[in-house]
Amino acid sequence: MASVELKNLTKSFGKTEVLHGIDLVVKNGEFIVFVGPSGCGKSTTLRLLAGLEEATSGDILIGDQLVNNLEPKERNIAMVFQNYAIYPHMSVRKNIGFGLRTSKLSKADREKRIDEVAEILSMTELLERRPVQLSGGQRQRVAIGRAMVRDPSVFLFDEPLSNLDAQLRTQMRLEIKKLHQDVGTTIIFVTHDQVEAMTLADRIVIMKDGHIQQVGTPSEVYQHPKNIFVAQFIGAPSMNMLTGKQVKTGVQLDGGPLLKVLPTNKTQNSGNITIGIRPNALTLAKDGDDVLFEGKITIVEPLGAEALIYVDLGYANVIAHVPGYTPPKTGEMVKLTAPQQEIHFFDTESGLTLRQD
Amino acid sequence: MSQTKFKASQASLGRGSTYAYKNSLKPASVIRWTLLFMGGILMIMPIIYLLSTSFKWPHEIYNLQIIPDEPTLDNYAYVLEDGRFFTWFGNSAIVAICTTVSSVIFDSLVGYTLCKFEFKGKTFVFIAILSTLMIPTEMLIIPWYTMAVDFGWINSYWGIMFPGMMTAFGTFLMKQFFESVPDEFLEAARIDGLNEFQIWWSVAMPLVTPALSALAIFIFLGNWTAFIWPLIVTNDPVLYTLPVGLTTFSVEQSVEWELIMTGAALATIPTLIVFLVFQRYIIRGVVMTGLKG
Repeated sequence: MASVELKNLTKSFGKTEVLHGIDLVVKNGEFIVFVGPSGCGKSTTLRLLAGLEEATSGDILIGDQLVNNLEPKERNIAMVFQNYAIYPHMSVRKNIGFGLRTSKLSKADREKRIDEVAEILSMTELLERRPVQLSGGQRQRVAIGRAMVRDPSVFLFDEPLSNLDAQLRTQMRLEIKKLHQDVGTTIIFVTHDQVEAMTLADRIVIMKDGHIQQVGTPSEVYQHPKNIFVAQFIGAPSMNMLTGKQVKTGVQLDGGPLLKVLPTNKTQNSGNITIGIRPNALTLAKDGDDVLFEGKITIVEPLGAEALIYVDLGYANVIAHVPGYTPPKTGEMVKLTAPQQEIHFFDTESGLTLRQD
Repeated sequence: MSQTKFKASQASLGRGSTYAYKNSLKPASVIRWTLLFMGGILMIMPIIYLLSTSFKWPHEIYNLQIIPDEPTLDNYAYVLEDGRFFTWFGNSAIVAICTTVSSVIFDSLVGYTLCKFEFKGKTFVFIAILSTLMIPTEMLIIPWYTMAVDFGWINSYWGIMFPGMMTAFGTFLMKQFFESVPDEFLEAARIDGLNEFQIWWSVAMPLVTPALSALAIFIFLGNWTAFIWPLIVTNDPVLYTLPVGLTTFSVEQSVEWELIMTGAALATIPTLIVFLVFQRYIIRGVVMTGLKG
């Protein structure tokens, strides 16, 4: 196990800078997930850490050692790739043991280590098979086994679940989480799937355009997003966003009514406000509730014990996540409400939250 | 009502099957098969005549009939009992095997480097290699010969082999095939601690085995049948390759076609074996080359 530190890390490809000064400390044994849309720089950061790319400037420390000039093999890291990168011409045993070829272990010790890893991953009976004879999930486990066998200080996972179907992805997600609980090694995991990020991470690093937008625990980034991007990126469906202008008594929505809600703090802002409300914070208003929105249902998506309803307010559209086996029907008029503490305020111009924590 | 429908569908089925039968005999199909058949005949006839002549007596060789009136194995006995045949056969084998091994190694090394590494002048190097494909072999013979004379390689195995030790075609072929090897395989090996040479040998090469086999076959066949350069660079009969050696059956006064054909028939045996053993790789290699090119 080892901590990882990135200090003012930048990376340019030709004249294009794709990482703009990344600063991050990953604690020993922590499970960190980098999440963000395609092209945000998360995989590049991981490749810099692995030594597969050279940083343009800045420092990378693994443990207390500066590794900028070390070869990948000297960094004591292991990486699991999106396409597994298991060699089709080798058996599972040889694939798992491949990383031990350059170790100083005796052949017997190597075999013992392979057997141990296969046992942990429940793959003992698959050891003599070729990758072509394995399912997607089994191949992914071989890739993890090959990373584990070297007992690295840090595991790097580059979108390892992207090629799996939904069911298998959920299963492998659990297995990776269990693996982390069992071995306790520092894991840095890259994904574009915010559900994976939320379910796996001790802390999430949200990236956009080569900048870190926010670092925090899953509940922190969900409940207290620092900006509009994080608020919309984390959570499914995305947070409802409505723009307006701050007036004395509330927020005058663009093309809509005056909402009698205001940021609770005194942060300076441009006066242009974006209100954010998560779909699951919007509920059908009962008699006596303060009605926030009123509109017509355009689409209903039943999810079993709950449903997503898409409501046309006339000046904007919002989504509400409502409980119950019998949701309202398309075309019905509904009134929606939300608790004051579930309403997020952002400065429209800077995109930053107006909440002070 | 339903009976009527059933009958109608039966009738349409019947018509359909009749049409399907007629389709296979339509004029375009007949022309296609005729052309293919004629092409096949054109290809196979020289080989049939080669085999036929190898079983004929000298007085019969200008007779075009395929089956000899008096078939004989004397030509085979003569050629095989003549010690020179096995010397030439051995020389051809040495030249073909050495150039094949060398080409497979160096073409794939250069192809791999051009495909997977970034360095200054990479495009220039690749274009320079490719451009040699545009120069006919005949044009290269004079510079090769000058080199061979200057370095003292005339009348040596090295002199016969050096132009074929690495090929532009093989380099291009291998570069194209290495494009299909995902970079992640190489990066995973790099993280696992292998050096670049080990990665090429243990990871990249096994992943392009079909291409290597196809390349090896092309190079082997090309060098086994090579004639002009070995003829020019050697004048010691002990160093002749098989195609060159067979020409010694032709002298000023006469050409012993039956012996040349017998030698040629025997010379095709290794190429036939190579083809039969590796034909699936040849076909796959050709198909893949077509796709990649």
